[in-house]
Amino acid sequence: MSMTQHAEPAVGTPPAPGRKESDGRTKQRPPVLRLLARPEVGVFLGAVAVYVFFLIAAPPVREGSAMANILYQSSTIGIMALPVALLMIGGEFDLSAGVAVITSALTASMLSYQLTMNVWVGVVVALLVSLGIGFLNGWMVVKTGLPSFLITLGTFLILQGVNLAVTKLVTTNVATDDISDMDGFAQAKKIFASSFEVGGVQVKITIVYWLVFAAIATWILLRTRYGNWIFAVGGNKESARAVGVPVTFTKISLFMLVGFGAWFVGMHQLFTFNTVQSGEGVGQELIYISAAVIGGCLLTGGAGSAIGPVFGAFMFGMVQQGIVYAGWNPDWFKAFLGVMLLGAVLINLWVQRTATRR
Amino acid sequence: MDSSSPFRSRRIAPAVALAAAVTLTLAGCSSSSGGKKSEESADGASAGKASTPQMTVALVTHQSPGDTFWDIVRKGAEAAAAKDNVKLVYSADPNAGNQANLIQNAIDQKVDGIAVTLAKPDALKDVIAKAKTAKIPVVGLNSGVSEWKNLGLMEFFGQDETVAGEALGNRLNSEGAKKAVCVIQEQGNIGLTQRCAGVKKTFSGTTETLYVNGTDMPSVKSTITAKLSQDKAIDYVVTLGAPFALTAVQSKADAGSKAKIATFDLNKDLTSAIDKGTIEFAVDQQPYLQGYLAVDSLWLYKNNGNYMGGGEQPVLTGPAFVDKTNVDAVASFAAKGTR
Repeated sequence: MSMTQHAEPAVGTPPAPGRKESDGRTKQRPPVLRLLARPEVGVFLGAVAVYVFFLIAAPPVREGSAMANILYQSSTIGIMALPVALLMIGGEFDLSAGVAVITSALTASMLSYQLTMNVWVGVVVALLVSLGIGFLNGWMVVKTGLPSFLITLGTFLILQGVNLAVTKLVTTNVATDDISDMDGFAQAKKIFASSFEVGGVQVKITIVYWLVFAAIATWILLRTRYGNWIFAVGGNKESARAVGVPVTFTKISLFMLVGFGAWFVGMHQLFTFNTVQSGEGVGQELIYISAAVIGGCLLTGGAGSAIGPVFGAFMFGMVQQGIVYAGWNPDWFKAFLGVMLLGAVLINLWVQRTATRR
Repeated sequence: MDSSSPFRSRRIAPAVALAAAVTLTLAGCSSSSGGKKSEESADGASAGKASTPQMTVALVTHQSPGDTFWDIVRKGAEAAAAKDNVKLVYSADPNAGNQANLIQNAIDQKVDGIAVTLAKPDALKDVIAKAKTAKIPVVGLNSGVSEWKNLGLMEFFGQDETVAGEALGNRLNSEGAKKAVCVIQEQGNIGLTQRCAGVKKTFSGTTETLYVNGTDMPSVKSTITAKLSQDKAIDYVVTLGAPFALTAVQSKADAGSKAKIATFDLNKDLTSAIDKGTIEFAVDQQPYLQGYLAVDSLWLYKNNGNYMGGGEQPVLTGPAFVDKTNVDAVASFAAKGTR
């Protein structure tokens, strides 16, 4: 469903005129290999392997409610992994993404509580704040030309400190107050944190948003001019600029997209748990980035897809919950997770190497 | 000039309109329930102020930022400092080496007393010896109940985590529980491990440990859900912090489990959950008291030469059970964030 920086023709596109099939140098590789060379195929196979593994090892996984729980865990990672992946395809990445989620939730919660406003006021202001943080990240990266690692490491630390200090200043505690009895809460909860029943199984709405966002991101990447710009600025910024791609706009908007994701997940957390602790979120940025990398997005930019990170996030959720469903010794929890993920990345690498060899 | 005026008004008018619209919208968006307006005006504990000359006390903990528990410890310390005319210098770092540096910093400042937490006692041994050489009294609080005397501390205020765990285990027995899961939110934390070990020791049913990622609530929620649906025999979930207990309530609903929930440590949302009956009980180690007594003891030592616990025994601040029978008395203090 995706393309790489080498502008591989999309499936179904007729060969360019003037290019003869008979010319040995341009001879197309077999379709199976071409399919395997796609960035998301490796992770897809990895995800299937992990899924089948736990299906055998952990009997409760076979039930629908377990799958709903695994998918819920995956979706809270996956919704953020999507914009993070797009940003990485665009050649940058964002270390502040984890704490930005909490910043957004804290903003919405404290604003509505302290001013005794309808919670929707907080939700809207939080969106503006999140987009603003994204804009600032992008603007600084583009204007200074410094690596996004440094810029967003800075904002990561700033946000971490601000989250704590401002919460303490405003609420005199380090957690926000419970807003569940305020106007607009029930409505916002319906939108950001409700669940519905499918065949007797409670399904969380974030799963739907996750898949819809993934579909939109895929469409943007493959079918729009903006999608081409993302690949172009990630592949080679200077040549992209030379052929008229608005590099500044593309990069800043990608950072703002991460801001949007942070807002969305932040609202989900706020309306699920009613209060937010200001110290949360640290370390989540690495999980989002891992999901994107496992999903086939290169750390160097210019390649990747939107569907890959969906499988990447699914693998995280599957492994994390699968260990618990299997009832294994929890002391080994993190080690299991690491082995599984390394294994997935290796499968990914091997599949791609085999497919592109020749 | 004529040509510019329509231009200017065209720019200003929408701005004014927008500002007016925003103001009106915001005014119309007030919440009629909840929010700060409904919060009762809460006064902090105050008991006058000592006329003794000002002294400086350093409180150095292993707090990680943004944790509600430590905030309560600090509030207790601040209340005692205000009462005793003490200048309180608070600093914290979860990394033991950094915590040692902060204690050295306090020694260099020539403070009149130091209160420390002993989460990793070995790392603090040398620097505490230095404080002794500098003739600065040092007291311990919160963690290190078995090490404080070896390190030469004057007094200790806190809960014996193992004792607290054992108390909770006994309580589970009397509630008739058969299988408990003990949820640890931070892997490798000694105090948390001791709590679960204490539960395991006295609880006559079976105890399992479950590790969750405490910085990511959605994952805490789904991991507990997974555990509850994997093992239907679990009839008690024991969490080691108030926010995790509240999350476990949702996990329980998601998993369709009948397990009951108990926890260590309190906060204001937890007291209302106990009141509503969604959480059975909490073991409170009274963090406010730990901070308060640590500072107050240094003041008493300086001004009257007193030792609490006689310098031999720790002063235990827990385990104090909070359940439906006494939650009302605790709730108003928890609402202020001091209990």
